[in-house]
Amino acid sequence: MTAPASTQILDLAARFPDVVSTDARPGFSGFIVKKENLVEVATALRDEFGYDLLSTVTGVDYPAENKMEVVYHAFRTIGGPGIVFKTQADRVEPIEVPSLINVWHGADFQERETWDLMGIKFTGHPDLRRILMWEGFEGHPLRKDWKEAFFEEETKPFKSRWPEGNHLYAEFRNPYRDNLNFPSGFDPEQYQPQTEDQLYFSLERSSIKPKDADLKTDSIVVNMGPHHPSTHGVLRVAVELDGETVTSLKPVMGYLHRNHDKIGERNTYLQIMPYTDRLDYFNSMANNFGYAITVEKLMKIPVAERAEYIRVIMAELTRVQNHLIFIGMLLNDLGTLYTPALYAFEERELILDIFEAVAGARMMCNYFRFGGVVRDIPDDVMQKIKDLVHDRLPAKTDEMERFLNENEVLMARLKGMHVLNAEEAVRNSVTGPCLRAAGVPYDLRRADPYSVYDRFDFDVAVRYNGDMYDNYLIRFDEIRQSLRILEQAIKQIPQGPINSQKPQYQVRVPAGEAYGRVESPKGELGYYVVSNGKPNPYRYHVRAPSFINLTALETMCKGNKIADFVALLAMLDIVMGEVDR
Amino acid sequence: MYGKGILKGLSVTLKRFSETYLDDIVWWLRGKKRYYTPEGVAHRSSKNTRGIFTVQYPEEQLITPEEFRYVPFLVYDEGADGKREHRCTSCGICAKVCPPQCIWIVRTNDPNTGKPVPEPKEFYIDMDICMNCGFCAEYCPFDAIIMDHNFDIASYDRNVYNLEKLSKPASYYRQIRPLNYQKNEDERKAKEAAKAAKADASASAAAPAT
Amino acid sequence: MEENKYEGLNLPNYNIPEDIQNVVSVTTLDRLYNWGRRWSVWPLMFGLACCAIEMIAAQAARYDMARFGMEVMRPTPRQADMMLVSGTVTKKMLPALIRLYNQMPEPKYVVAMGACASSGGPFKEGYNVVAGIDKFLPVDVYIPGCPPTPQALIAGLIKLQEKIDKQSIRKVRWYQKGKADPNYVPMPILGPDLIDVRRNAEYKEAAARKEGAA
Repeated sequence: MTAPASTQILDLAARFPDVVSTDARPGFSGFIVKKENLVEVATALRDEFGYDLLSTVTGVDYPAENKMEVVYHAFRTIGGPGIVFKTQADRVEPIEVPSLINVWHGADFQERETWDLMGIKFTGHPDLRRILMWEGFEGHPLRKDWKEAFFEEETKPFKSRWPEGNHLYAEFRNPYRDNLNFPSGFDPEQYQPQTEDQLYFSLERSSIKPKDADLKTDSIVVNMGPHHPSTHGVLRVAVELDGETVTSLKPVMGYLHRNHDKIGERNTYLQIMPYTDRLDYFNSMANNFGYAITVEKLMKIPVAERAEYIRVIMAELTRVQNHLIFIGMLLNDLGTLYTPALYAFEERELILDIFEAVAGARMMCNYFRFGGVVRDIPDDVMQKIKDLVHDRLPAKTDEMERFLNENEVLMARLKGMHVLNAEEAVRNSVTGPCLRAAGVPYDLRRADPYSVYDRFDFDVAVRYNGDMYDNYLIRFDEIRQSLRILEQAIKQIPQGPINSQKPQYQVRVPAGEAYGRVESPKGELGYYVVSNGKPNPYRYHVRAPSFINLTALETMCKGNKIADFVALLAMLDIVMGEVDR
Repeated sequence: MYGKGILKGLSVTLKRFSETYLDDIVWWLRGKKRYYTPEGVAHRSSKNTRGIFTVQYPEEQLITPEEFRYVPFLVYDEGADGKREHRCTSCGICAKVCPPQCIWIVRTNDPNTGKPVPEPKEFYIDMDICMNCGFCAEYCPFDAIIMDHNFDIASYDRNVYNLEKLSKPASYYRQIRPLNYQKNEDERKAKEAAKAAKADASASAAAPAT
Repeated sequence: MEENKYEGLNLPNYNIPEDIQNVVSVTTLDRLYNWGRRWSVWPLMFGLACCAIEMIAAQAARYDMARFGMEVMRPTPRQADMMLVSGTVTKKMLPALIRLYNQMPEPKYVVAMGACASSGGPFKEGYNVVAGIDKFLPVDVYIPGCPPTPQALIAGLIKLQEKIDKQSIRKVRWYQKGKADPNYVPMPILGPDLIDVRRNAEYKEAAARKEGAA
C-alpha cells in the first residue's frame, strides 16, 4: 500500500513549488494549479501519485473576481479520499484551459459539458462541441450573467408569490409570450439553422477496406434515437457502420436536459432535495442520500444515529429494485420481451410500496433532510421490510437466477462478449457495476465509506472477465450483498430521534465547498456544492454516473456488430434523467 | 444437455402461471373471495402474493398508505353556521418553501385599518407545476395545507386551482390521514393547555402585585 | 340499465323486446365507432422522462393497461393512436416529437402525462424546457402529478375514453373538409432559441421592440 493520502496531498505543492499553491479561501481545500502547467501536474498526479480515476470536471464562474475556475476531483481506485485541484482563467474571451483528455480520457464529455454550459474552451480537446444544448444556441447558460427567458429573480423564494400573489403565467412576463429569448433584432425568417455536419465529421471515417476487394463498399451513418425503443429514453447515438460492424459512434445527449444545475443554483438548499429525486428517477433515495451528505459536510452537522440506518436501508432497497429492473430491461433489449421485466417489476412494486408508505411517493421520495430523514419508519412498514428482506427478495432473486442464468440462448449471447477491461474502464472514468465487472473492486461503500457502511459486513461484488455475462451476473451479486447489508441494518437499527436538527425550511450553510459522493446503483454519484453563505448555493453541480459512463460507449462498441450495440448500451444501465440532467 | 437451462427457465414460468389457479382454488376452498375484495387486494400486495398480481383499477384500488401524497389541498373547519373557517393564516411559508414556486397567495387586508388579517384572500396552486414534494404540508405551522390522496384529477384543460377548488373540510383530512390528524389535534390541545396554564400563571403572578 | 349491459354499445333508452335482447343491439354509427376506438387506443411507445417509468409500471402486471385495450405499445408512430407525452419535453427534443406526431395516422390523441408535459412542471423555468406541449399539439387529457401514479394514469386514460365516447364522426377534426391537413404541425427550428415557425412575425416584432428598447 502507498502512504496515507494526507501526506501525499502535502507533497503536491512541494513537488511543484511555483506552479501549485494551496487553495486558501475559507472553507475551500485542495490546490490551485497554474493553467500553463495543468497537463504536467495532472500527469504527475496520475503517474506518480496514483490518482488514476478522474471523477469530475466542472467550472465555476466568479464574475466579481473576473475569473473562471475549473475544478477537478481525482481519486484512486485502490480507495481513500481524493484530491481536488483547480485551475483559473481570466474571464476574458476566449476563456481557455488546457484539456486533460490525454491524461484521463474520462474528461471527454465533462469538458464538453463545461464548454457548453460555462463557455470554457479546452484547448487540445479533439471534439469540443456542445453536448447538452444544440449547436447555434445563444450563450452559455451556467454563467452567472446569463438569464433564461422565464427569469424572475436571482433566488427563490420569488417575491411575487406572497403576499400579493395573484396567479400569473410566466408566459405573460416574457416579451415573446413563451419560454423564449432571442437576441435583439433577430429575424426568424432569415435564420439559417446550423447543420449537424460537425457531429458527422467527428465520427472516424472507416478506412478498413481490403485492397483488392471487388466489391466497392462505403460506410454508412445510422442515427439511433432519440426515439428508439431500446436507448433507454431519449438518447441518440450516431453510429458509423461498415456493413454490420460499428466503426465509430458518438452519443448525442441533451434531449432531456432539464437545467438541473441552473435551477439548483436558484433554489434554496432544501428546495434542491425534491429536484434530486428527478435525476436518476429509478433511485431517488440514492440521489437524496448523496445530496444530503454533501450539504451536511458543508454545514458540519452530525446525522441522527437511527436516521443513518434508515438511510442505508432505503438506499439498499433502492439498489435491489434498480438491479432487478436492470435485469428485466436488459432481457427486453436482448429480445426476451417482457416476461423477465414483468417479474422484476413485481418485486419493484413491493419495494415501492414501502417507499410510498414511508416517504409518501413511489418514485419521487424526497425523504432525506439535512441531519436525518423526514419521518420514522412505522412499525407495520418495518415488518414489511423484514418480510421482504428475509423471505421474499432472496427467494425471488433465486427464482430469477433459475429462470435466466443457465438459459443457453442467453449464455450464447452474453458470454465472451467483451464490454470493458479494467484499464479501459478506469481510463474512461467508468464507475459502478461495469467497473467492478471489469475486475476493479472499487465500491465507495468500501473504498471511501460514508454514512455507517463501515459497520456492515459485506463483500464488494467483483468479477474479472469483463464480458457481458459478468456484467449481468454482477447485478445478482450486488443484490445479494445489498440484502446482506439490509439484514444487518434491520437488526442493528437503534431507537432514537430521526433528525439531529430541528425541522427548518431555511438552513444556514457556511461558505465553502464540498464534494460528496455515494455509490449509487449506477456508479459514483457526486455532488459538488459551493456556498457563499447565502440561502442558496453559489454553484451546484452533479457528477452523474450514467453521463460519465457513456464516455466508454465508443470503446465498448467499436468493432462489434450493431445488434450488440443495444445490449452493450444496456450494460451501462443509463438513465436519461441523469445523463442529461 | 443443451436446452436444459431453457427448460429450467420455462419451469419457472409454468410455476408462476399455475400459481394463479392454485391460489384461486385455495381461496375458494377457504370460502373467501379473492377478487374485488379489500382482503384480496391486501393479499396481492403482501409478501405472500403469488400468481396473478394485477389490481384491477378502477374496480379494485390499491391500499393507500396514510403518508401517500398527491396534490395539496387547504383544510377548513366548519364553523357554527356552516361557515368555512380556513386554517390558513396566509403566512406564506408554503409559498416560500415551494421548490417550483407554484403557490400564489393574496393576503387579506382589513379594509378599515389596512393591516393584514390572518386569512387568505386568494390562494392559487398551479397543479401543472406542482411536483408533489409535500414541503408545503410539511412546513405549514398550522396544518392548514395537506397532501391529498385523491389522484383521479385528470382534466381536459390545464389546472390552476383557486381557493374554492383547493378547500376541503377537516373531516376529509381526518378521513384520509387519521393518525396525522390525531397527532395535530393532540399537539394543538397541548399548546392550548400550555397557553392557558401560562395565562393562569401570569394571572396568579400578577395578582399579588396589585 | 339492462340495455347498457352489452358493453355499452346499445343506444340507451331504446327498448328492445326482452326475448331478443341477447341477439340484437341497436346503436348509432357514432356509438359503434367510438366503442371500437375507445377499446383499442394503441399508445406510441415513447418515454421521455420520469413519467415514462410510471407508464411502464402501468403496463406491467400490477396495473395492466391491457385491460383497457392499450397494451400494444407501438414503437412506430404509423401504428399508434395515442401519444402519451410522458415527461419533460425539451426544446431539443421537440422537433423529434412533432415529427412523430405528424407521422401518426388519424384519429390521434395526445395525453399530457404529468406536470412537465402539461406546462413544463417543476422545470418550467429551465432554459431548455418547453412550457407545455399544448403550445404545439392539441392535448386531449391533462394528468397532473409528478409523476402521476400508475393508477392516476389509468384514471386519466379512462377520462380519455370518456372523451372518445362523446365524439361524433361528423365533428371530429380529422374528418373535416376544407383544410388540407388540419393536424399537421409545422416543424419548429432550433435557432438561438426554439423557433415556432407559425409565430415568426410575432418574434420579429418582439425582437425589434427589444432592440428599440436597448
